[in-house]
Amino acid sequence: MDATILSRFQFGFTITFHYIFPQVTMGLALLIFVLKTRYMRSGDEAHNRAARFWAKIFAIGFVMGVVTGIPMEFQFGTNWARFSAFAGGIIAHTLAMEGAFAFFLESVFLGIFLFGERRFGQRIHWFSSLMVFLGTWMSAYFIMATMAWMQNPVGYRVMEGGGVDIANYWQVLFNPWLLASLPHNQGGSVVTGAFVMAGIGAFYLLSGRHERYGKMFVKLGVVVGLIASLFQLFPSGDLQGRQVAEKQPIKLAAMEGLFRTERGAGIAILGQPDMENKRLDNPIIVPWALSFLTYQNWKAEIKGLDAFPESEWPDNIPLLYYAYHIMVGLGTIFIAVMGLAALMLWRRKLYTSRPMLWILMLLMPFPFIANTAGWMTTELGRQPYLVYGLMRTSEGTSLQVSGGNILFTLLGFMGMYFLLGVLYLFLTARVVSHGPEVEPLPPGTAQGLSA
Amino acid sequence: MLQTLWFWLIGFMLIMYVVLDGFDLGAGTIHPVVAKSEDERRKIYKAIGPVWDGNEVWLIAAGGSLFFAFPLLYATSFSGFYLPLMMVLWLLIIRGVSIELRAHLSSPLWRDFWDGAFFVGSALLALFFGVALGNVVRGVPIDENGNFFVALWTTFSPIGENPGVLDWYTVTIGLLALSALSLHGAAWIALKTTGELSERCRRVGTGLWGLTAGLTAIATVMTFSLRPSLWTNFQRWPLGWLLPLLALGGLIAMLVFIRRREELKAFFASCAYLVGMLASTVYALYPLVLPAVDPARSLTAFNASATRNGLMIGLGWWTLGMALALTYFVGIYWLFRGKVPEHDDHY
Repeated sequence: MDATILSRFQFGFTITFHYIFPQVTMGLALLIFVLKTRYMRSGDEAHNRAARFWAKIFAIGFVMGVVTGIPMEFQFGTNWARFSAFAGGIIAHTLAMEGAFAFFLESVFLGIFLFGERRFGQRIHWFSSLMVFLGTWMSAYFIMATMAWMQNPVGYRVMEGGGVDIANYWQVLFNPWLLASLPHNQGGSVVTGAFVMAGIGAFYLLSGRHERYGKMFVKLGVVVGLIASLFQLFPSGDLQGRQVAEKQPIKLAAMEGLFRTERGAGIAILGQPDMENKRLDNPIIVPWALSFLTYQNWKAEIKGLDAFPESEWPDNIPLLYYAYHIMVGLGTIFIAVMGLAALMLWRRKLYTSRPMLWILMLLMPFPFIANTAGWMTTELGRQPYLVYGLMRTSEGTSLQVSGGNILFTLLGFMGMYFLLGVLYLFLTARVVSHGPEVEPLPPGTAQGLSA
Repeated sequence: MLQTLWFWLIGFMLIMYVVLDGFDLGAGTIHPVVAKSEDERRKIYKAIGPVWDGNEVWLIAAGGSLFFAFPLLYATSFSGFYLPLMMVLWLLIIRGVSIELRAHLSSPLWRDFWDGAFFVGSALLALFFGVALGNVVRGVPIDENGNFFVALWTTFSPIGENPGVLDWYTVTIGLLALSALSLHGAAWIALKTTGELSERCRRVGTGLWGLTAGLTAIATVMTFSLRPSLWTNFQRWPLGWLLPLLALGGLIAMLVFIRRREELKAFFASCAYLVGMLASTVYALYPLVLPAVDPARSLTAFNASATRNGLMIGLGWWTLGMALALTYFVGIYWLFRGKVPEHDDHY
């Protein structure tokens, strides 16, 4: 089997699985900090219990994120050796800075946060929740800086031997692409955290258990969920879209399914890319909308795929198109649902409206899908390049690693990650079913340590 | 000069990793032997619970720093050691998950399963890290394009054109690592616990001390007979003799302090032994970062490094990052100092 395809599949599979966890832990880290802060200000023990309850769910996701994250850093070297040798002069800095500035911080303060509430008191516990939140978000910054450089290489110079060297460090750390995509990514993780919180709150209210906590979670989840969902559309989504239009017009054409260059181009809401005939089948189009949203001008020209040689096209346009449309479609639904829920909350009808609580509960998995689809849009759209405009994906692999060896490790990862996924769902469901009112067990019993 | 500095800084981070995560791995390896009850097993998990994740970060941070300081070394060695590295990743997953998930259910079956996973993951990681070090010392078959790909095993001999990951030399180093880290773990658990558990660690530690001392002697003889060129640096700069002396001093002091029941000093002696052994190896290898079977193709701190510019920029943020990291570590070890409390909370 083809080693390049297998390496791509392995990276795609391991990072997609990995990113299930950081998005929920980054979102929850913020919400836990909010709960802990409210406890510190009000002294209401319910908020403290709520923080502890979410910390349990956070901790399961965190360990899954840690163990599935390590293979990501190693795979640059194992499967993408030529890319590592070429781009290491830049991207290894941002990757290593993640270790030095974010991982140490979050791992140490998580130890204090999970083990130290009784031992060190409420102030240190509150402070550690803040540091865990900052650590996880700082981690995202460095990873996004790495990704942004691959999307939009800046601040580099190519050396004689072929590798890149840093020409301007600050440009790498403040890449315009990074400044546009980081808010969108963090907003996405807050959407996930808020939907999970609202969904579990809705579950408690629907099943008539832990009513007080159910209301607390639904309220916080809906308020934060609405703000974050709106933030994803504007300004963060808008900012991200402008970067794509300016720096990667081919990606824009491909994700919109725009095969022909048009003045006053419309936005396809539905339709299937037909690569054989180079058109969109069964399209439903909002006329002029794409021109307006991109350039604030109803008549502006948008370059279609026909404006670029086929060798520069992303190699899986249908998947890219669907990923983008799934993300946007779900994002629209999120705003609608959270808007309605917030209205009902304001009118004091939300806690008793079973249909709305059902919707909130069933919506829980969808932010994960939307975030994954967003990442697929951005990374599939970077193809056929590994570093946009500088290095093609096929030029970045490890030459001496054969397809058979990669298939072996890919199957290994699939088996192991299947098991991790089952464990994650099982243990999280268990914490949820025990609920936030579980008293810490008396010392000396079987679960005294950490259950 | 800058390359030499980075050679030692990466060495420092890797040594920090072994000294810190080493006792976690050792604790995982000896726990089925020293802990006789659920209560004792829980104490072992508590003794490493707040720190193991931070300790493991040293490996990730060292990997990242190695990537930017010596990109060519990172690219060549990670792809060349493809299979063993992937297995290390799987073992790290198993080890990490077992520590964190064990406590969620009180069913004896659930806990037995994770105890088993914790043991297998920890012991194999300790062994593999030793094997990895053995591979670096022995050298790998780098080809004319600067690449290599080692099979897991070939002839089980370190001599010849086409060595595998496992041979009698690398496995010996692996066993030494397993023994030394088990001893290190025993010293940590003895320090953090009381009563019978602590006493049992002391007894197991005494036995492991003999094994470690014996294997140290065998491994040293093997290493210098296989790679006589490793003497060169010691002859050129005799100051380096302090490092093997540190290892030897640590080894002897360990036995003395174990006997006297001075657990903290015994643990520090074990740290000194590990630092001495690893730093001696780093010292002897300099400037090689990955010796090749054909010496002309070896990767060195000079031909595998990033540019001067990149190394200087790295030095800037690295110094700040390490100052912060060391502050956190001093802080967390100080906060969790002393014996594991009888009753403590998690979450």
